[in-house]
Amino acid sequence: MSQTQIENAADHEKAEAPLIVTRDLSVHYGAVQALNQISLNVSEHLVTAFIGPSGCGKSTLLRCFNRMNDLIDHVKTTGKVTIAGHDIYRSDIDVVQLRKKVGMVFQKSNPFPKSIRENIMYGLRLHGMRESNRLNEVVESSLRSAALWDEVKDRLDTNALTLSGGQQQRLCIARAIAIQPEILLMDEPASALDPVATAKIEELILTLKERYTIVIVTHNMQQATRISDKTAFFYLGALVEYGNTQAIFTNPKNRQTEDYVTGRFG
Amino acid sequence: MAFATAIILAFAAVILSNILWQGWEAFSWRFITSRADQNMFDSQQAGVLQMIAGTSARVVLMTIFVMPIGVITAIYLTEYARKDSLLTNLIQSAVNNLAGVPSIVFGLFGLGFFVNFIGGNLDLILRPEQAAPYWRNPALIWASLTLAVMTLPVVIVSTEEALKAIPPGLREASMALGATRLETVIRIVIPQALPGIMTGGVLAVGRAAGEVAPILFTGAAYYMSGYPSHLTDQFMDLGYHIFILSTQSPDIEGTRSILYATVITLLLLTFTLNLLTILMRARIRTKLRTFH
Repeated sequence: MSQTQIENAADHEKAEAPLIVTRDLSVHYGAVQALNQISLNVSEHLVTAFIGPSGCGKSTLLRCFNRMNDLIDHVKTTGKVTIAGHDIYRSDIDVVQLRKKVGMVFQKSNPFPKSIRENIMYGLRLHGMRESNRLNEVVESSLRSAALWDEVKDRLDTNALTLSGGQQQRLCIARAIAIQPEILLMDEPASALDPVATAKIEELILTLKERYTIVIVTHNMQQATRISDKTAFFYLGALVEYGNTQAIFTNPKNRQTEDYVTGRFG
Repeated sequence: MAFATAIILAFAAVILSNILWQGWEAFSWRFITSRADQNMFDSQQAGVLQMIAGTSARVVLMTIFVMPIGVITAIYLTEYARKDSLLTNLIQSAVNNLAGVPSIVFGLFGLGFFVNFIGGNLDLILRPEQAAPYWRNPALIWASLTLAVMTLPVVIVSTEEALKAIPPGLREASMALGATRLETVIRIVIPQALPGIMTGGVLAVGRAAGEVAPILFTGAAYYMSGYPSHLTDQFMDLGYHIFILSTQSPDIEGTRSILYATVITLLLLTFTLNLLTILMRARIRTKLRTFH
């Protein structure tokens, strides 16, 4: 299996410039192993989808890229993750700066119970922006980028929790891109939304990929085929197959992948 | 269930009406606005203004002492500490045990620790020349600190509950934007938990206002002519005064009406202090809900 992984990884290094590189990355939660020696490359300005049954480790891997796993007690990470050449698990890495470069959108939309404007300004203020003209400019531009501006421009000062589920999730995307990350991690961003709201998020992802490198975890196979360029299939903490989305879905090399994408298990 | 409720309501009604019945005659504006000077036991002239001042002062000071320590402890326990570490378990069980200690034990602890140990050492350090103890006396500050130790578990537990009720997703969202844990606590967690923290304050005030045992040896005065004006002054206290009126009076029958009027005053003061915190909490809640 790891031989395939390395070959897969080697293929990509030739094709596109890898932005995120993991080598033999393993994660343990206490005695439970969540990820087993993952080696893969994520290319710049592509949408990479992580698929696999629940508990396969895809979210854990996503959370390695901005070190959100650090927040959990008893988590042990071994192996290497580099982003743009920097080993992000080195002890002298500034996690605050890392998370500024690597934004994240969560499965359950989690806007702060503050106004829409305050939600966007939160990250900006954290990173030292004080001037109110500049802040308001970024509020507008990020809401426009998240395709939310027209819906909320007249009520920027109302509580974000009054928005619909889909709007809240787009607000979370706007909040993440306001601080100008290079990478956007999305952990099943549309799993709690209705089909219309999901379509909007997917449309948004396709426009965002021009500016950001996007890694998305999804349970929805159609979604993966619609929006992603590359797909990685995980099973029981291991990377089973990784390649162009089309190839994974139409001509998978591995039997497990084929069973999963055709809906025979998972 | 309805029967149990009826019994509780009946008891409350009997107790309250008994107090009102016996104290109504002596309870008046003059009673709560005049001082008890040489006439403490004189039902026509005695007042309770000093006691109101003393009890209010010790409750307010206690709140100032207990809230920061209790809230910071709860924040440490829920936001920072590992849930299964030895230290966390030690603190948790200490908090739980503290809640079960009888209040007279806190009174003795306050005398031994605050008055004698802290006060005694302050005298040694700050006033080595003087022979007469200045800090090593029962005082407003020591009584308030003793009450603060007593109400600490109440504040810690209700703050912990408030913090646990905040969705973890909010913390993750904040930290994923590059906030440190401290920034997340200050900007997201505490504002959200404020109503719950204030509930802790309400409970602490309610618990402390009527307590006499913890202040018996640490600050309450049988009688003093003026008001406490320094942290090192002793003070007269409504609860302690009720004890005095019911046991030390030369004419128990004659002072019964002012005894019950003092009880009414203490109840009203406790209700007022609670009401103030509840109103403040309600204001914060509406502010959080509508925001701007």
